[in-house]
Amino acid sequence: MASQIQGAITGIGELKPVRYSEGKTTLSLIAESVRLAIQDAGISKEDVDGLLVGPQVGETPQHVPATVSEYLGIDPTMSNTVDLGGATGPGMIWRAAAAIQAGMCETVVCVLANKNEKGETLRSPNRNPIREFDVPFGASGANTSYALIKRQHMEEYGSTQEDFARIAYWHRKNAQLNPDAIFYNKPVEVEDIIASPMIADPLHLLEIVMPVAGGAAVVVTSAEKAAEGKHKPVYLKGAGEKITHRAVSQAPSIDALPFNYSIPRALDQARTNIEDIDLFSLYDCYTSVVATTLESAGLCKPGEFGDFVKNHSFSHDGDYPLNTHGGQLGFGQADLAGGMSHVVEAVHQLRGEAGNRQIPDARQALVTGNGATLSETTALVLGGER
Amino acid sequence: MSQLQNISLPRPTITPVSQPFWESIQAGHLSLQQCDKCEQWIFYPREHCPHCFHDSLTWKKASGRGRLKTWSVIHRAGHPAWQEHTPYVVGIVTLEEGPSLLTHILVEETALKHNLKVEMEISEIGPHPLPFFKKQEETK
Repeated sequence: MASQIQGAITGIGELKPVRYSEGKTTLSLIAESVRLAIQDAGISKEDVDGLLVGPQVGETPQHVPATVSEYLGIDPTMSNTVDLGGATGPGMIWRAAAAIQAGMCETVVCVLANKNEKGETLRSPNRNPIREFDVPFGASGANTSYALIKRQHMEEYGSTQEDFARIAYWHRKNAQLNPDAIFYNKPVEVEDIIASPMIADPLHLLEIVMPVAGGAAVVVTSAEKAAEGKHKPVYLKGAGEKITHRAVSQAPSIDALPFNYSIPRALDQARTNIEDIDLFSLYDCYTSVVATTLESAGLCKPGEFGDFVKNHSFSHDGDYPLNTHGGQLGFGQADLAGGMSHVVEAVHQLRGEAGNRQIPDARQALVTGNGATLSETTALVLGGER
Repeated sequence: MSQLQNISLPRPTITPVSQPFWESIQAGHLSLQQCDKCEQWIFYPREHCPHCFHDSLTWKKASGRGRLKTWSVIHRAGHPAWQEHTPYVVGIVTLEEGPSLLTHILVEETALKHNLKVEMEISEIGPHPLPFFKKQEETK
């Protein structure tokens, strides 16, 4: 059994997603997110001696931690850029705890934010194999890759459009209890999802995240230090991570995707099992990701997510609360911060401050992050008890 | 040859390692690297075998045949230059030799199916020929 990781989350800050950022810079959104998180933790910026940030492609491509440190006015003794796509948020949490355990720092801020400007088309010079072997064939962007995964699942297992649509339905339904969600007051039915425009067959518009501007930051410290904090600490109990490929053409078979390793590893390290999870805070950039994640987590057999989603409730008061804040499909995906959003919701629930969407007696949450096309995966078990 | 001519579509960013692949496409056939040690075939081109990490690989002519693993009919293209060609089909082909690649599929939407036998057809897009795949002819 893997040794347990020690650490706790003492502060969170999240910006309400907006469609367009109206002239704000990524650095200013990072600073807003960090200010909220350290206020929530009840500390000052001088207490922060560790910094983890995401890659800020286009705006600050190099020297990212130094640029952000200078902007914030902090002098960390440990800093790094974490580059795991959508898995970056959860991936930062265990890295922060590991750096603290290694004695490099005591209090780490993990932050992700992005701007979203009208009409902006940032395209960076790129010589990686995808640029050579996917893009010239007419396959650019994530929609194509996730459509290929969805088609493969439908062909190999017989899953249906309705099975996938039901996942998007629950996310939009849950978002109706979150006034910060981009789709608050905009519920949809399963039929609306299937009737929405086909973007990359078999993928419909309403199965794809809405890109928004926003940000999220999380303060991580040692379990000992967390006890002195303003809030009830949320403990990091287990973590798992796995990368298997980059391009969708190189992906392992659909029943051997990398969550098959990272989720069981996180549960094992936390000395718990899937039946004892109260909140499933699962990365949901596309319906096909949630479908395969439910299967990788062992909630149902490979190929059988359709029956699972038909027979259970994913509401906060249901039997399998899933993305109670709306997830990326309902709340919005602020680029990499869309992955951190799942950590933030888990903290709200485990602190018991989720208001009208509070899960009764939420003790443990499974949080996942996913980057590229089910390529980079991270899983965390967070708990209210040490 | 396909109908796609003289449009500013993104072209491959060819590297010294992948140059022989594109030269073989220019010459009308598919070449892949094979590891001299573990004998596995490799795609995309590399300097080391991703299976056994051996560093001696040999370019060999491949069959150009495979099976369709999965596909998508693109209605909204990820790159603006491709938009005028929608709807079109991209898919992943598992080659007879083992590796898989993402490619453009020249098969009618109603004829697409899992494990469909496909074969390479080199298509010119402007000045750069690309290995697209079509339905295997029945006589083969």
